[in-house]
Amino acid sequence: MTNLNRRRFLSIATTLTGGIGILFASIPFISSFQPSKKAKALATAVKVNLSKLEPGSIIKVIWRGQPVWILHRSQEMIQNLKESSLDLRDPESELSIQPLFAKNAYRSLKPNYFIVEGICTHLGCAPIEKFAIAPADMGPDWKGGFYCPCHGSKFDLSGRVYTGVPAPSNLRVPPHRYENENTVIIGETEDTENA
Amino acid sequence: MPNNEDQSMFSNTILRWIDDRFPLSSLIREHATDYYASKNFNIWYIFGVLSLVVLVIQLLTGIFLTMSYKPSAKDAFDSVEYIMRSVEWGWLIRYMHSTGSSFFFIVVYLHMFRAMLYGSYKKPRELVWIVGMLIYFCLMAEAFFGYLLPWGNMSYWAAQVIVNLFGAIPYVGETLTEWIRGDYYISDITLNRFFAFHVIAIPLGIIALVFAHILALHHVGSNNPDGIEIKNYKNEQGNPIDGVAFHPYHTSKDLVWITVFLILFFAAVFFAPEMGGYFLEVDNFEPANALQTPEHIVPAWYLTPYYAILRAIPNKLMGVIVLASSVLFFLFLPWLDKCKVKSIRYRGWQYKLALSCFAISFLALGYLGMQPASGIYVVLARFFTVVYFIFFIMMPFYTRFEKTKAVPERVVYKK
Repeated sequence: MTNLNRRRFLSIATTLTGGIGILFASIPFISSFQPSKKAKALATAVKVNLSKLEPGSIIKVIWRGQPVWILHRSQEMIQNLKESSLDLRDPESELSIQPLFAKNAYRSLKPNYFIVEGICTHLGCAPIEKFAIAPADMGPDWKGGFYCPCHGSKFDLSGRVYTGVPAPSNLRVPPHRYENENTVIIGETEDTENA
Repeated sequence: MPNNEDQSMFSNTILRWIDDRFPLSSLIREHATDYYASKNFNIWYIFGVLSLVVLVIQLLTGIFLTMSYKPSAKDAFDSVEYIMRSVEWGWLIRYMHSTGSSFFFIVVYLHMFRAMLYGSYKKPRELVWIVGMLIYFCLMAEAFFGYLLPWGNMSYWAAQVIVNLFGAIPYVGETLTEWIRGDYYISDITLNRFFAFHVIAIPLGIIALVFAHILALHHVGSNNPDGIEIKNYKNEQGNPIDGVAFHPYHTSKDLVWITVFLILFFAAVFFAPEMGGYFLEVDNFEPANALQTPEHIVPAWYLTPYYAILRAIPNKLMGVIVLASSVLFFLFLPWLDKCKVKSIRYRGWQYKLALSCFAISFLALGYLGMQPASGIYVVLARFFTVVYFIFFIMMPFYTRFEKTKAVPERVVYKK
């Protein structure tokens, strides 16, 4: 009887030790899947000159391999942003990702410059700009914004998502700061988080 | 020159030498010459063999493609063009591989539908079915990983969308997608590891599972269009009366169908390798571009039913959950189906109706998944998604009250 108990104890102990060993041995393999040091090093900030960006136009730059849009909102666009009558899912950007300073209706540091990641928060397609007011394909209430062709998500000119579409949250605003009047650095942020 | 007797003695000696060291003869007996399968197999029963044929085509052409393909963001697109233009017969090998992926899904879908027609997933074949489903899951993963490799613009965005599905998982989603990509975007690093999955990891898994699938099948015996167990009636030798040996009887019949299949396959390879954009998509003839999503982003045709289901749900997390359950439900089919009768020939109208609705909704979703996600298409996709799930969820109820016909004891032949 004691022999049987001893055998059972040894079986359990061996299984346990082996199991823990496999667990630890898997760590290097699982970790190797993470972004490498090189990938991290390449994901640095980009500097963009805004002096040639006309009101109402947009430029697209690459930051960390992904598109970032810089929209120079015209006065009309800013006006329309206030008047939009469609329902927003997260108007106060409570559930969305942005630097603290961009947690406002414009979702930006300066109302006229809107800097946002051009990646749909649903499944990562690139939304397309639909700046025209009430075009045939977007309906009469459309005040200009972005439309994702993949699954039909709609965003306003502050990248805020409308209700009734699959995207769960507003477009992400990347960390950024202004080096001077006409130069913005995407990927860096100032310590002072003034809105 | 040795005469016939010498020759057979020679081969017998070799065979005996091998058999003393490796169970060759008994393996052949067990899985071919003494494996009895029903005499009344109809055309639905060729798709298992055909999927093996396609597997061999894919493995063979795949190995040769890796000899000229370069898995890097800089070189991938050009190396595929290099295969198409410069490598001797490279176009044929590549078109066989790309056409093969579509044909793989055609035969596998028909193979699965056969199982649903004749109740091949039911006791005692539950594990045959489950292993088969695991092969199907691996096949979807294999197709997905392989789809990124040409590094076309559709490849790129399809990978972006599918990887982001995992981002819907609360709390860990973001980290998980970064972990899958190995970068902050679909990059050279992602391409390189997808290549490793496509050419090593998943194929190894598929081959192992195919072995398990066949082993389990040969352990319990093949089902047949009458859905009865031929093992119940055996002759004096202990062989099923209603069965014939897999080799040479079923194999010689299969050879005819393999020939027919290869004619169709190569007709596609030679005359319609793009199949009007269904096998190879137009947007994929443009290199990957991180700034430009294709106007209509759709996966390859064989995944569009699930894509339509995903798009039918206007909520990210729910969409992913529903998508996952739409494939996982198949695993539980043996237990959802409460009817004792296997074959559709003797089942009641309830299952016939349900299976018809399911097949129609699967095809309809496949069509809708290729259309833009707006207006009537979304409404229809929602309708057919409901039909799709009713088939599974209501199954324990409608199969319980089925009025079945009398099942024959022995297989029935057409007069």
